[in-house]
Amino acid sequence: MTDIDAQGGEADTPAEIAPETLFDTLLTRSHEQLVLHPMREKYSSLLATLHSAGYHSVIDLCGVDYLTNDSRQLPEGIEPERFEVVVNLINHRERARLRLRVQVPETDPVLPSAFNLYPGTEAMERETFDMFGIAFDGHPDLTRILMPEDWIGHPLRKDYDVGRIPVQFKGAPANR
Amino acid sequence: MTATHELPTNVKQTSEGGQELTSADVVAAGERLRELGAVLRLSENDALVAEREQVSDDETMIINMGPQHPSTHGVLRLMLELQGETVLRCKPIIGYLHTGMERTGEELTYLQGPTNVTRMDYAAPLFTELAFSLTVEKLLDIEVPERAIWIRMLMTEMNRISSHLLFMATNGMDLGAVSMMLYGWREREEALRFLQEVTGLRMNHNYIRPGGVAADLPDGWRDGVLRLLDMLPGRLAEYDTLLNQQPIWRERLQGVGAISADECLALGVTGPILRSTGYDWDLRRDMPYLAFDQVDFDVVVGSYGDCFDRYAIRLAEIHESMKIVRQCLEKMPKGDYRIQDKKVTPPPRARIDESMEALIHHFKIFTEGFKVPEGEAYVSIESPRGELGCYIVSDGSSKPYRMHVRAPSFVNLQSLPHLMHGSLVADAVAIISSVDPILGEVDR
Repeated sequence: MTDIDAQGGEADTPAEIAPETLFDTLLTRSHEQLVLHPMREKYSSLLATLHSAGYHSVIDLCGVDYLTNDSRQLPEGIEPERFEVVVNLINHRERARLRLRVQVPETDPVLPSAFNLYPGTEAMERETFDMFGIAFDGHPDLTRILMPEDWIGHPLRKDYDVGRIPVQFKGAPANR
Repeated sequence: MTATHELPTNVKQTSEGGQELTSADVVAAGERLRELGAVLRLSENDALVAEREQVSDDETMIINMGPQHPSTHGVLRLMLELQGETVLRCKPIIGYLHTGMERTGEELTYLQGPTNVTRMDYAAPLFTELAFSLTVEKLLDIEVPERAIWIRMLMTEMNRISSHLLFMATNGMDLGAVSMMLYGWREREEALRFLQEVTGLRMNHNYIRPGGVAADLPDGWRDGVLRLLDMLPGRLAEYDTLLNQQPIWRERLQGVGAISADECLALGVTGPILRSTGYDWDLRRDMPYLAFDQVDFDVVVGSYGDCFDRYAIRLAEIHESMKIVRQCLEKMPKGDYRIQDKKVTPPPRARIDESMEALIHHFKIFTEGFKVPEGEAYVSIESPRGELGCYIVSDGSSKPYRMHVRAPSFVNLQSLPHLMHGSLVADAVAIISSVDPILGEVDR
């Protein structure tokens, strides 16, 4: 897979001496893919930097709930939180991809919306809100998108019970 | 958790109850501009025009189109704000087909995974299987054999042909060219026949799996491919005569639902819609996966970004896919069709009778599944509808900790409000059709 070309030029820096950074943000590599770990406060300004650096498309945005997974690797200085918002960006000119992993705490699951810079995140942020209950500050229409409007709970959270739910037509008479 | 969203105070009422398309006069000016200009920054001039266009609420009407409307390709519901026959605003409402497939994916092992994801995009099921398998292989750090790579290419390109033929059929049907619908389905059936010969099923194949493919190509597969390759050019020429040359068809599509490349990029729109604007971008060529760097094909682009370009690009892509299929036919290497790694793929059936160890491996793989090292990866491919990505987080067990599919139709649907603004209701059908959404993939 030539998914990611070496980009940024500082690939030779030994990781033990100084943590690798790109766009002033901690950088790690996962299967040759570049992953940035911005702080929640820096998320918006990083997106603005990336946008002016040629990353014109947010190709994907999704949430992950790390409630029952303590095996993840994060660089030094990044405090693991329960939720993570994963944003995939693409730079068409340089044919490069970048992934952002933003930590979002359980107690205050809010992240600034990327909508103003990347209007394409509208549906994806709504989906993340619907599935994980992560709110996006500044989103024009933060409502449920896939689940019914009166649904209680966020189905992709790890503590959401996947047990039975009563079906609407349970009172219907049986065929035989 | 904190809910930042507050319900709009003034919601339009119809006989169906309150409608959440916020009434035009309570929408803040900036937001309204974004809606009008499809969420993009307008130039000062455009903003002035939009300002002048402002109409009061009692001149407009809100109607619901779908979810049972036959031209909404399943269960897409559109809320349209009309002024006379002109569409002012449009809001796609989805979720009617939501079955929680991403959650289901967390309950299934990596071997069972393709059974689940193949049901997302039911017109091009092999692509989702491929994206899933490539992601799992990246996490496992394994390389599949040459032959498996070329089989995957052959099968996905065949699937692209069948998917685009389906588009030809439904696009014709939506615009009233019913004979085109019959021709499209007829040719698609031929393509599906080949897929059935190889995988055993017409749809939802579960054929591409982590480690390779489920079975080798059957005897006589070359004849099946050649039959299709011989038949299609003549049929496609018929389409060309029937549609491209036809004034009614051109009138219905040309200049309808135009979008620019910048808008596509901002909205995250990919695939034929992006290419129709003249933006030269195809993951098969620009970020090659499988062995697409070893085959010769052209990326077809349009120039106006309208419905006609989107139609013409898909027609031309069938020709390009046929080119790739022909090269697969020539270059198909010999060898194994899946990786012989006892920890990932089941042993051949014959080995089970002879070897205790093979039996154990077989049993382990089908009960427990194989374990995937911790980590996360995102792999994307070019599906007939655009960039199809799969993001998997593994916690070291035999089931994905999180499996997310970036469905191209889901994102492409966001372009609808923009494409429809200012067009006629009658064109709405042509526009939905040209976006070619598959609702199974939109709702997952």
